[in-house]
Amino acid sequence: MKKISPAEYGRMARRASPASALGPNCLWAFFTGGSICLVGEVLSILWRSAGLEEETAALAVSASLIFLSALFTALGWYQKLARRAGAGTLVPITGFANAVVSPAIEFKCEGLVTGVAAKMFVIAGPVIVYGILASEVYGLLLWLSSLL
Amino acid sequence: MEYCKKGDTLFFPRPPVAAFYAAVGGKKEGEGPLHDCFDRLFEDNSLGEDTWEKSESALQRRCVETLLQKAKLTLDQLDFLLAGDLQNQCTASGYTLRGLDVPFVGLYGACSTMTEGLGLAAALVAGGMARRAAALASSHFCAAERQFRGPLEYGGKRTPTAQWTVTGAGSVLVTPEGNGPFIRAVTFGRVRDYQITDISNMGAAMAPAAAETILRYLADSGTKPEQFDAIYTGDLGQVGSRLLAQLLEREGVVLPNHRDCGLMIYSPDQDVQAGGSGCGCSASVLAGLVLPELRKGRQRRVLFLSTGALMSQTTFLQGESIPGVAHLVELSATPKEEWK
Repeated sequence: MKKISPAEYGRMARRASPASALGPNCLWAFFTGGSICLVGEVLSILWRSAGLEEETAALAVSASLIFLSALFTALGWYQKLARRAGAGTLVPITGFANAVVSPAIEFKCEGLVTGVAAKMFVIAGPVIVYGILASEVYGLLLWLSSLL
Repeated sequence: MEYCKKGDTLFFPRPPVAAFYAAVGGKKEGEGPLHDCFDRLFEDNSLGEDTWEKSESALQRRCVETLLQKAKLTLDQLDFLLAGDLQNQCTASGYTLRGLDVPFVGLYGACSTMTEGLGLAAALVAGGMARRAAALASSHFCAAERQFRGPLEYGGKRTPTAQWTVTGAGSVLVTPEGNGPFIRAVTFGRVRDYQITDISNMGAAMAPAAAETILRYLADSGTKPEQFDAIYTGDLGQVGSRLLAQLLEREGVVLPNHRDCGLMIYSPDQDVQAGGSGCGCSASVLAGLVLPELRKGRQRRVLFLSTGALMSQTTFLQGESIPGVAHLVELSATPKEEWK
């Protein structure tokens, strides 16, 4: 074959590859993500009407959404929605729950310790690590700024 | 002994015969346009097993059973079984062969395995080293997903260049004599890497290898693409097929009769993005469609390539690019030259 540089081939490959449908993807993400937040709002009203304080109700909403996400993941529904919703199901707390539950289910066949427990954080682990690290850095900056 | 290699291509003076073949597939494959081509289809992709790895081995076992039934042979009449799959350390095949008492040649060529195995089986038979050699390759969507990507229930969006791993297997029995189809030549491909690093764009990674092998075969044989009823590639998909055409166009070669198994096995409304992939893609289309078409005389002479992307999850995470390889066999309804 005639010489073709990797850079030139890379350009050909990019041209030949269809782009993601940005418009529809954004709409899907916006409306699905918004709907999940709406469910959160409804849950918040329900928990408060059940007698919880504002702050406790917020925690109960997070716990309820995590439970629902885990349930829907186990039933195989969450992934079906996420295939269209993209960031709409990824960004809310339900996405995080899905990222923990799905490998736990998938790797069950490799044992409770080496499968479920070890693989549970394979996707969510980096988020936790860098999330904590970022909060440390932020805390440090906040403390430094308070010294000024 | 007569030397039969010219360039990179082995030309068989007495072409061995792809005497029997079997294709099995899963649920999604059964819902696709090639529904009628499979010998057996399974509604339940687990095939009753408790892990996806075992399911893939079960798929292989059913494929070999079907092949032997069609050939009216027993296992001990096979000289070799050349088999491969996509799993780490080729375990689907190893575990299948645990229950099949026959000399086992394990192969890893990623998605190029079917043609690699068929080419080697043909060489063994043509060289008088075997009377009945079988080639087998498989892939399983669920086993491949959990190995190469993520958990099945993880909510992720697939990019438009991603391909869908076929749940399926194909096997071919090669013998020295018979009514055809005949395996006239084999070109084992060279590895080509043009620095594609996107694991969701395998078609782009493999297209240069396919172009290279086709060009070498055409040069070695002195043929032109128009002399073939079809030139099949394994799983280049939409992107890879487009790039293959562009790469060959630069060489002044036009493929008017190119067909990609990855684009044939599913219909566009099956939500498979750029098409099918996996060892089972080219294996099941070869055994379920291409060889039967030659046997029935609907096609006279074709080129069949399987294309493989030779990375692993480890090399991908280390930022390595994806090397591609493509192997080719020339298949024909007749043993002798028949110029169009």
